[in-house]
Amino acid sequence: MPILSLQDVSKSFGALKVTDGVSFDLEAGQALGIIGPNGAGKSTLFNLITGNIAPSAGRVFLDGRDVTRAPPMERVRAGVGRSFQIPQPFGNLSVYENLLVAARFGGAVSGAEAPGFCMDILTRTGLAAVAEKPSGALSLLQRKRLELARAMATRPRVILLDEIAGGLTDAECSQLVITIKAIHAEGTAIIWIEHVLHALTSVVERLMVLNFGRMLMIGAPDEVMASAEVREIYLGIEA
Amino acid sequence: MNLSRPLGLIAALLALTTLYALPTFAPRAMVQDLFGILTLLVLAMNWNMLAGFAGLVSVGQQAFVGIGAYAMFAAVILMGLDPLVGVLIGGLAAAAFAVPMAFFAFRLNGAYFAIGTWVVADIARLAISQWKALGGGTGTSLPKGTAKDMAFVGPIKEALGVSTAAAADALTFWLMLTLAVAMLATSYVFLRSRMGLGLQAIRDNENAARSVGVDPLRIKAAVFVLAGFVTGLCGALAFIQITRVTPDAAFSVIDWTAFVIFITVIGGIGTLPGPIVGVIVFYALQRLLADYGTVYLIVLGCLGIAVMLFARRGLWGLFTDRSGIDPFPLTHRPPTSLALRHGDLK
Ligand SMILES: Nc1ncnc2c1ncn2[C@@H]1O[C@H](COP(=O)(O)OP(=O)(O)OP(=O)(O)O)[C@@H](O)[C@H]1O
Ligand SMILES: [Mg+2]
Repeated sequence: MPILSLQDVSKSFGALKVTDGVSFDLEAGQALGIIGPNGAGKSTLFNLITGNIAPSAGRVFLDGRDVTRAPPMERVRAGVGRSFQIPQPFGNLSVYENLLVAARFGGAVSGAEAPGFCMDILTRTGLAAVAEKPSGALSLLQRKRLELARAMATRPRVILLDEIAGGLTDAECSQLVITIKAIHAEGTAIIWIEHVLHALTSVVERLMVLNFGRMLMIGAPDEVMASAEVREIYLGIEA
Repeated sequence: MNLSRPLGLIAALLALTTLYALPTFAPRAMVQDLFGILTLLVLAMNWNMLAGFAGLVSVGQQAFVGIGAYAMFAAVILMGLDPLVGVLIGGLAAAAFAVPMAFFAFRLNGAYFAIGTWVVADIARLAISQWKALGGGTGTSLPKGTAKDMAFVGPIKEALGVSTAAAADALTFWLMLTLAVAMLATSYVFLRSRMGLGLQAIRDNENAARSVGVDPLRIKAAVFVLAGFVTGLCGALAFIQITRVTPDAAFSVIDWTAFVIFITVIGGIGTLPGPIVGVIVFYALQRLLADYGTVYLIVLGCLGIAVMLFARRGLWGLFTDRSGIDPFPLTHRPPTSLALRHGDLK
């Protein structure tokens, strides 16, 4: 049974159809990449999966259970962790405390285990040195790392990552890919929205292309990238 | 080794012992004055919990004071109960009122929440003005001899060798002091708990809090109802000393909410000692400017604005930022041994 399944999900903001009949299955432990031009509805799709916004039509299943009406916190506890494209830290709390909230609530980690658990993730994401800093004082780069770290702290079985590689140097990007591959290797399913294609394709097994809210294609990355239609959309973004 | 914590604890214990001993040696007027300050302190701690830690900027806390006070009067006058039982009933009545109020006000955000709570409080005031058995719009007084018959007043009177009225003042003072201490201790424990951490996450970003598994509605509603309960207790206790209640006095937005907001903002919103610092500044200003009438309010207003603009976490926040001393830290520190192992040398 797929861990996540979308059936004909649509979302409109007024007259604007931002998500248009999207259906797909994600098997446990699988990594799926999502690409598409700006405004294609990628982040909206994440919000529909996590319950941050409700679909206008269609249904969302987690482990075969219909969660279309379930609030975000219920879906986190069911194993869906996410990052936000525009970082949303708990600004008055320290970096460490940001993770602690996620671990104690979403991850159901016990009070005794939480400190070590959180420090471990901070180390893996390169944030250990700023653990005690108020998260509101972080640089954009560090905020993006915190998004990844906080999502990891909810102990997800499927983690949704929204453009976390933008603006990184080559070295930082390789480091990030190593971290994500490690998460994947632990059996966590991944959906990753990313414009940095070489990073994305080095991790994911399948690639989805969104355009104007519609799923244009889904399949093996090299097949998808070879398609003339996709190349046209992506012409000039990255070869 | 950090000495600020034990030193702070010793200072706090000394202050507390002196305060508890106060009615045994201080003049009655001073006990009454301090009772008024403690009342504002309890209200400020409650408002701080809502606005400073839960992001719930309520301008309707006077509803709980008023309902607490009126429930206490009803218990004494209509049911013939002891005023102290009445205080408990006052707290429960306020908590009960907080449930539908939360149901309504939680649908509103930010400024709309503030206005919504104010409107609800005023509706409560108008409704209570219709309660003929308790004097309607002109209010009513506690029956003569209420203080004398109040539990514990007799023994206190004998032990201290004072008048009945002074013994009653001592009793209400001790109760208010205990309420303040209990509120402070409970706040500290709660804010450092898992729920308290979740609450602060909600305050900072409700959407993100939901996305890491925190249920904002449940935690905020719990805090709102509890704050209503304590504010109700406080209001009922305050009006035992005042002995007379009217809808306008019991539901006064100036006395029970506006001053309280100033106190919290000046002292340090979102910090635990903030209301204590604020109430001391408030009282000092009141004393200093007592002869100048409303000038006092103008100075208070200007100070409040200055703090909001230049020191968002108030005088206490300023102090901890400058000195690095925080005897009652709310922050969760990462485990040091682990931090060191991970090369986190700062
Ligand atoms: N809450 C909202 N109300 C109205 N329109 C919205 C809302 N959220 C998103 N949109 C619109 O929906 C469209 C898709 O937005 P979305 O953020 O999902 O795109 P995206 O693919 O993530 O783009 P990007 O690559 O820029 O992140 C955009 O046109 C956006 O303006
Ligand atoms: Mg996006």
